[in-house]
Amino acid sequence: MGLKEKVQDLLGNDILDIVEYRGDLTIEVPKSKNVKILKALKEAEGLQFDFLVDIVGVDNSALYEKKKAKKKKPKGDEEAEEKEPVEEGPPPPRFEVIYLLLALSTNERLRVKIRVSEDDLEVDSITGLWRGANWPEREVYDMFGIRFKGHPNLKRLLMWEGFPAHPLRKDYPLEGQGEQRDFDDCRFF
Amino acid sequence: MGLQAYTGPGWLLTKAEQLINWGRSRSPWPLPYGTACCGIEMMCALAASYDMARFGAERPSFSPRQADVLIEAGTITKKMVPVLRRIYDQMAEPKWVIAMGACACTGGVFRTYSTHQGISDVIPVDVYIPGCPPRPEGLLYALLKLMDKIQKDHPLRKQVVEALGG
Repeated sequence: MGLKEKVQDLLGNDILDIVEYRGDLTIEVPKSKNVKILKALKEAEGLQFDFLVDIVGVDNSALYEKKKAKKKKPKGDEEAEEKEPVEEGPPPPRFEVIYLLLALSTNERLRVKIRVSEDDLEVDSITGLWRGANWPEREVYDMFGIRFKGHPNLKRLLMWEGFPAHPLRKDYPLEGQGEQRDFDDCRFF
Repeated sequence: MGLQAYTGPGWLLTKAEQLINWGRSRSPWPLPYGTACCGIEMMCALAASYDMARFGAERPSFSPRQADVLIEAGTITKKMVPVLRRIYDQMAEPKWVIAMGACACTGGVFRTYSTHQGISDVIPVDVYIPGCPPRPEGLLYALLKLMDKIQKDHPLRKQVVEALGG
């Protein structure tokens, strides 16, 4: 039984989406069940994803805007419009949080993805499962503003305290907005 | 004539300054402040094959109190700025600064929210070294330039002017 079947067996209906690309398995799960599912993956016999490699955040807003612009573009070309079915309904959630897991005994890897919408930026912390999730979660909070409920020390990790924005969001300019760390008392000129 | 020795460029005064400058320029003890890849080049310049000790930079001082030249080698992030300033303030006079590499001079390729665009508005810089990163020869050249600058200094004149009441 392959990894895909094992994961499907274990999680059943909790899997919203499962993609295998060049041997790498990615599953998407509901945001509210992230702790439960990760605990199951960590402890299940035969899987034992016991090592948390990293937690990363993704801001998909630019991707969605690109797709939107692409759909509008072909005016005279009706064939192109037919090929891409117009998706109706609410726009997909803006952010993603991705957990990268590794099973040390079998050397298998798994990506677990949850989607986080902009109006509900709270995710349950998994520091109870892996203490090493502490800093990655702080980094995601720093860069994207996603808050982790139950985190013991949710402060900015990379930017200084009091930094006003979340710089890896797509609507944040690369060169910043002129933020300076307050060092008036030590400015020379 | 004795007074002239203190007000004009008298013989005794000039010689004393030369002596001080000679001593200072021949022992510019560096404080290595490597924050990025320039730091690797700086280590290379300090180590055996380039041997910065030939020019009197004998002892890389990791304590700012015993250092003369701050070699700022690498990117300074905005979070790092107060640290750099504090290190500089802890150095005893006289002190000089070499800004090594594009990042220290101007921010380099990192025109981003997190990088300070050049250290010259935080601390005064004596010698800039361009390059990304500069070769160790570049650092040695900058050190020689700094030694030239130190030799043109007037360490006593300022004190005499102060002693005579401005």
